[in-house]
Order: sequence, then C-alpha cells, then structure tokens
Amino acid sequence: MTIDWYNFTPWSALAGGALIGLAASLFAVMNGRVAGISGLLGSLLGAGEGRGEKALFLLGILLAPLLWQLFSVLPAIEIQTGWLALIVAGLLVGIGTRYGSGCTSGHGVCGLSRLSPRSLAATLSFMAAGFATVFVLRHLLGA
Amino acid sequence: MRKLMAFLAGVIFGIGLLTAGMANPAKVLAFLDLAGAWDPSLALVMAAAIGVAFLPFSWARMQRTSLLGAPMQLPGKRELDRRLIGGSLLFGMGWGVAGICPGPAVALLLTGQWQVLVFVAAMLAGMIVFAALERQRS
Repeated sequence: MTIDWYNFTPWSALAGGALIGLAASLFAVMNGRVAGISGLLGSLLGAGEGRGEKALFLLGILLAPLLWQLFSVLPAIEIQTGWLALIVAGLLVGIGTRYGSGCTSGHGVCGLSRLSPRSLAATLSFMAAGFATVFVLRHLLGA
Repeated sequence: MRKLMAFLAGVIFGIGLLTAGMANPAKVLAFLDLAGAWDPSLALVMAAAIGVAFLPFSWARMQRTSLLGAPMQLPGKRELDRRLIGGSLLFGMGWGVAGICPGPAVALLLTGQWQVLVFVAAMLAGMIVFAALERQRS
C-alpha cells in the first residue's frame, strides 16, 4: 500500500466530516429523524409520513452547491465512469441501499454514531465490497 | 420550524459533502483503491462525522420526542439478516464502480454533469424496482 500524500486532504476532510455530523445531529435532535439519504429518497418514492420534512432536507442538499457558488467556486468534480457503468452502478446502489436499509449516511454516520450492530455490519459489508470492486476493476481487469 | 430546520440541516449536509471531497467521485474511488495510490482522506470524513454526532445521537436515543416536539424515529432493530448484508454488498459494488453514493448523487445533481443524471436515473429506477418487488412479496 502506498499513500497518496499529494492528494491527501486531512483538514478539509475533517471539516467536511464535522459538518456532515452536525447536520445529522440537528436532523436527529430537532426533527427526530435519521439523515439517511437512500432512506429519504426511497420514502419519497412511496407514500409515507413526514414527506415535507424529508423533501426539504433533500432540497437543502440539492441546493447546497448553488449556495456555495454564490461565495466561491465549486471544488473539483471528476467523473471518468462511462454511461453503461454509470447505469449498472446506479441500479446496484438503488437496489442495494433499499435492501440493506441504508447507505454511507444512514449506516456509516448515523448508525455508527448510535452504536447500532446492524449499521456496523452494513458498513463493513459495503466498504469491503467497495474495496474489492475497485481492486477487481482497476488491478485485475485494468479498467 | 421543523421544516425550516430540515432544510437548514440539508444545506449543512450538502456543504459538508462538498468540503469533505465526498462529492468528487474520483476522490472517493482513490479512497477505495487500497492497492493503488491510496488517498485516506475519506476515512477522516467518517471519523469526524461520527465524532461530532456521537453525543447528540446518544442523547437522542434516550428521548421520546425531539427538541422541536416531533416523535423520535431512530431505528431500534438490532438483528442482522441476509437482506441487510446482501443489500449492503450490492450497494458497495455499485459504489466501487462509480464512486457515487446517494448523498453525493443528490448534491451533484445540479452541478451540470451529465454522468450524475444517468446515475441518479438508474438509482431511482433501482429503488422503484425494490418497491415493486416488496409490494409483490406482501
């Protein structure tokens, strides 16, 4: 393993992570809800309670880059994935997060913060699958 | 008031994703590439997020209602099952293909990248497929 020190950004990672933690805390303490993005999206697709609050949380995320651009230029956004792989990835993420009841935010941040064994198992599973998939695609298939 | 708070929390969440580098799929894939030139930054994102959220969540778990009077709706289920693990493995595979998970997908939607539109359309299609399969089961 070689660490890419040039692209390692510890301070912005910690600051951004702290903001994510703050947002999740506010949504839990003030609204009594889990800031799990896949769960919020999934429940907006069906009929459920609290759709107004859920939609507004998602709207906040959606508009955040536009607000950011009022004050500064957006950080780099690089996507090298082709359209077919994007479709496969999107389907896997959509189906997988719904079956697994959560994603990086719901399990990885909120679930681990409340010491949920389910979220720990889910986080270990999707991290392991993510590491393995990148290894196969980049180092075995050379994509 | 609750609606305003939901919107505000969403904005902070989105700004956090952008600040952290989570909204840059190439950086996410560099974190997932242990055998390549590994960028460990995103481990710090999760560590900081949990560090900040741990005490508020510990408090919230003990409450019946939120500070704004909403019922506390944190999940209480603790048992592991095949759906949880299988679903999470599928999600991780998709995450490893494109470096995009649901939060950043929403945050990137209005930044003008066609790739995000394709990804989000497929992700929502996957969620709709899941909902249809669930309806059939019941």
